[in-house]
Amino acid sequence: MRLELRENVPAFSRLSPILALLSAFLLCSLLIIWAGESPLNAYWALIKGAVGSSFAITESLTRATPLIFTGLAAAVAFRAKFWNIGAEGQLYCGAMMATWIGTGMINLPPLLMIPTLFIAGAVAGGLMLLLPVLLKTHLKVDEVVTTLLLNFVVLLFVSLLLEGPWKDPMSMGWPQAEPIIDAGVLPTIVAKSRLHIGFIIAVCLAVAIWLILKYTVWGYEIRAVGHNPKAAAFFGIPVNSSVFLVAMMSGGLAGMGGVSEVAGLKGYLTLDISPGFGYTGIAVAMLAQLRPLAVIPAAIFLASVYVGADAMSRAVNIPNYIADVLVSVSLLAILVSNMLTRYRIIWR
Amino acid sequence: MMTDTPISSQTNCRLKLSNITKRFGSLVANDNISLSLAAGEVLAILGENGAGKTTLMNILFGHYVSEEGSIEVNGEPLPPGQPQASLKQGIGMVHQHFTLADNLSVLDNITLGTEPLFQLYRNDKAARRRLAELSERFGLVIKPDTLVANLSVGEKQRVEILKALYRGASVLILDEPTAVLTPQEAQQLFSILKQMVAEGLSIIFISHKLHEILAVSDRVMVLRGGKMVGEVFTKDASKASLAELMVGRKVTRPKALPLATGKRVMALQNVQLKATPNLAALENINLDVHQNEIVGIAGVAGNGQSSLAAIMNGQTLPDSGEFRLFDKAIKQADPRALVGLKVGRIPEDRGAEGVVGEMTVWENLIAEKVRTQAKRGIFINQSEARQEAKQLIEQYDIRCEGPNAETRLLSGGNIQKLILARNFSNNPHFIIANQPIRGLDEGAISFVQEKLLEARQSGAGIILISEDLDELFQVSDRIAVMFDGQLRGPYPVAQLDVQKVGLMMSGEILADEVQLT
Repeated sequence: MRLELRENVPAFSRLSPILALLSAFLLCSLLIIWAGESPLNAYWALIKGAVGSSFAITESLTRATPLIFTGLAAAVAFRAKFWNIGAEGQLYCGAMMATWIGTGMINLPPLLMIPTLFIAGAVAGGLMLLLPVLLKTHLKVDEVVTTLLLNFVVLLFVSLLLEGPWKDPMSMGWPQAEPIIDAGVLPTIVAKSRLHIGFIIAVCLAVAIWLILKYTVWGYEIRAVGHNPKAAAFFGIPVNSSVFLVAMMSGGLAGMGGVSEVAGLKGYLTLDISPGFGYTGIAVAMLAQLRPLAVIPAAIFLASVYVGADAMSRAVNIPNYIADVLVSVSLLAILVSNMLTRYRIIWR
Repeated sequence: MMTDTPISSQTNCRLKLSNITKRFGSLVANDNISLSLAAGEVLAILGENGAGKTTLMNILFGHYVSEEGSIEVNGEPLPPGQPQASLKQGIGMVHQHFTLADNLSVLDNITLGTEPLFQLYRNDKAARRRLAELSERFGLVIKPDTLVANLSVGEKQRVEILKALYRGASVLILDEPTAVLTPQEAQQLFSILKQMVAEGLSIIFISHKLHEILAVSDRVMVLRGGKMVGEVFTKDASKASLAELMVGRKVTRPKALPLATGKRVMALQNVQLKATPNLAALENINLDVHQNEIVGIAGVAGNGQSSLAAIMNGQTLPDSGEFRLFDKAIKQADPRALVGLKVGRIPEDRGAEGVVGEMTVWENLIAEKVRTQAKRGIFINQSEARQEAKQLIEQYDIRCEGPNAETRLLSGGNIQKLILARNFSNNPHFIIANQPIRGLDEGAISFVQEKLLEARQSGAGIILISEDLDELFQVSDRIAVMFDGQLRGPYPVAQLDVQKVGLMMSGEILADEVQLT
C-alpha cells in the first residue's frame, strides 16, 4: 500500500468535510450500538439538543463563543508554525485580568468599560506568551513545552488567588472571586438566553484576522514565515519579529476568550470557567484548516456536539463522554479526508 | 527513431529492459523504453532534467514499479518493486547525493547493512580482506579506518562505489557522478571506470554533460520527454549531434561581447567571516566588480561561496573588513535595504530560498518589496501587484496558470524565471547570482544567461557563482576561484583555461600564479 500525490484536486474535495463528518458519526454509531441504544434515536436526541429549539441554538452558540477565541488563537499561531499549546493558560490570564480590574478597581460607563476589559485581557494573554516566544526566538527553546507547562502554572496560580486573597466573602466558602461590576457585564443578545455579545466580538475578530492575513503586509509576512522561514529571511522579512507579533496576537485572542467567559457568561472567576477550551481550540483550528473564517463554523459545530451530547445523555442512556469521542473521531476523519484529497492510495 | 543495435542481440547481454512505461497520472515519465547492456560496457544515458533518466533507474533499482515492460538480468526476469532483489542480482547504484554516515569509518560504512543484526561479534577481518581485494582490483585506493567525515568529496564517491562493489554489483549505475567533482577528480573517476569495465563490470552512466559522456562511454542513449529519441555509438557521436538529440533542436548559448567596464559597483575589502553551523569561514577576501562586468566565482561546493553570497545578499555582515556597494560601506545586514539600493539577488537554492511555494506567483513577485508597494505601508496593493505580475509572466515567459497560481506547481526553470523577473523589474545595478543555472534545462539556461548578459550590457556589475566551468568561461569577464575560504584571483578569462581553474579549485596553487596576477 502506497500513497501517490494527486496532480489535481478531485471534484469531491469540496464535499470532503461533510463526508468526513458523516463517516465519523457512522463510526461512533458502533459505540452507541455497543452501549445498547439505537444510533438513530441517539443522534436524533443529539441534534434536537443542539439545534432543536431556539434555546438549544443559543446554548450552542454560547458554548461556541470561547471556542472561536481559542480556535483563532491556535489558527493564527499555527499558521506561522508557532505551536502555542498554552491557550488554556492565556484564557485564564485574560479572565484574571478582567477580575482584577473589573471588580471595582476602575469604574467606567459600559461603552468604555467593556472594551477596556477586553484590551486588558488581550494584554494579559499576550504577556503570558512573552517568555515562551523570547525563549524560542533567542535560544531556540521548544515552545510546545514552555506553553504547555505554563498552563499548569497559571491554573495553580488562579487556584491560589481563589482560595486566598481573591476569595469572595459572600461565596459561602466556594472558591470564586467577587463578581464583575454591572458596567463590565456583557449584555445578552437574545432575551432569556445566555448568549452574550462576546459571540459577536469573536465573530468580528475572526473577520479582522482574516482581513489582516489576507490584505496586509503583516499577514503576508506571517504567511511567508509560516510556510518558508528561509525564503522569508532571504526576502528580508524580520522573521523573529513576525513570530513575536503572531505570539502576541495568539495570546491576546485567548486572553479575550477568558474575558468573554468571565464578563459574559459566569460573571465571576472560578476554577472551572474553562473545561479545556484552550485545548479544544486546537481541534477547532485543525478542523478549520487554520482558516480564520472557517473557525466560526468549526467552533459552532464542536460546541453543538458537546451541547447536543449533554441533551442526548439525558434523553437516552448514553454517557455524555460520547461527545469527546465524537469530536476526536470527527477530527481524525477530517485529517484523513484532507490527506485523501491530496494523495490517492495505491493498493498493491 | 529506435534502432536495434547489434549489441541488443548479443549473447553476453547482462541487463535488458523491454518496453518500460511508467506514468504519473497523466504524465508519461517513461514511454516504451527498451535498452540492453553488455558485459564490460559503459552505457551513457543522456537527457535533460525531467527527461525520465532518474525514473528509469528507479524502476531498475526497484524503487518504482513500471506499468508496462519487463527487466531481465543475466537472462533472468527481475521481480518489480524490490530493491533487495535488484541488489541480489548485482545491480548497484551510486546516487548523486551520497548516502554515507559521516561519523562512521569507511569500513563501517561499507559493511553497514550487509551483516545480520543478531550477531555477537563482527567478522572484521574477512570484511577488511574483501575490501582490500576490491580496492586493488579496481584501483580504488582508500584507507578503511578513516572517518568518512574527513574524506574529500572524490574519496566519498569512491566509498560509495566500493559499497556497491562490496555487495557484489556487476552492473553499476552512476547518477550524475561528476556533479560534485573538480575536473581533475572527474578525470580520476573516469580512469577508475575504465579499469572496472576492463574487469568485466557493466556501467550505466547518467549525465547531461556532453564532454564527459564522450570521454567515458561506449554507447549513448538519449532520452527526451520520457521517450528514447536516439541511440549512437560514442565513436560516431559529436558534442553538437548529442546536444541536438538531447534538446530536440540546435543549441545556441549566448556569448559575452567585449565591453569597456565602468565605475566600481561592489567591493569586498579584507573580508573575514568566522565559521558558523550554516556558513563556512572566509579569509581575507578582496573582490570587486565594475559596471558592464561579470565576475565569475568558481569552486567546489562548500568552500565558502555560500558565505560570500550571504554577505552580498545582505543576510550577514563580515566579522571584519568592509562590504561596499556603490562606494558606500554597508553597515547593516538588511536585504530590504540592499534591494532599495538596486541590488539583484538570485539565491542558490531557488526552491527553498527564492520563493515561498505555498504562496501565489504574484505574491512571490512582490516578495522583496511588500512594504514599499503597500498602500500606506499596510495594505498590499493587490490589484497593482496582479497587474504587474501579469505583465512579468508574459515578458519573462513564466509558464503558469496566471498570477494566482500556486508557485510550488511551477517547474524549476519557471521558478528561476520568476526570480529573474522579480529582480530585473527592479533594474538592478549590482547582481549577485548564486548557481543560477544549476539543474535547469537548456532552454532555461540560455534564457538565464541572456538575461545576465543583457544586464551586463545595460551597465550592471554581476557576481556569478557557479560550479559549471563551461558557464563561467562563456559569460565571465574575470574569474576567481574559491578554495577553503580563500579567494584566488579574479584573473581575466583570457589568462585562464579549465585546467588551471580546476587546479585552483582543488587547492593546488598554480606555479605561475604570481605571473598571472
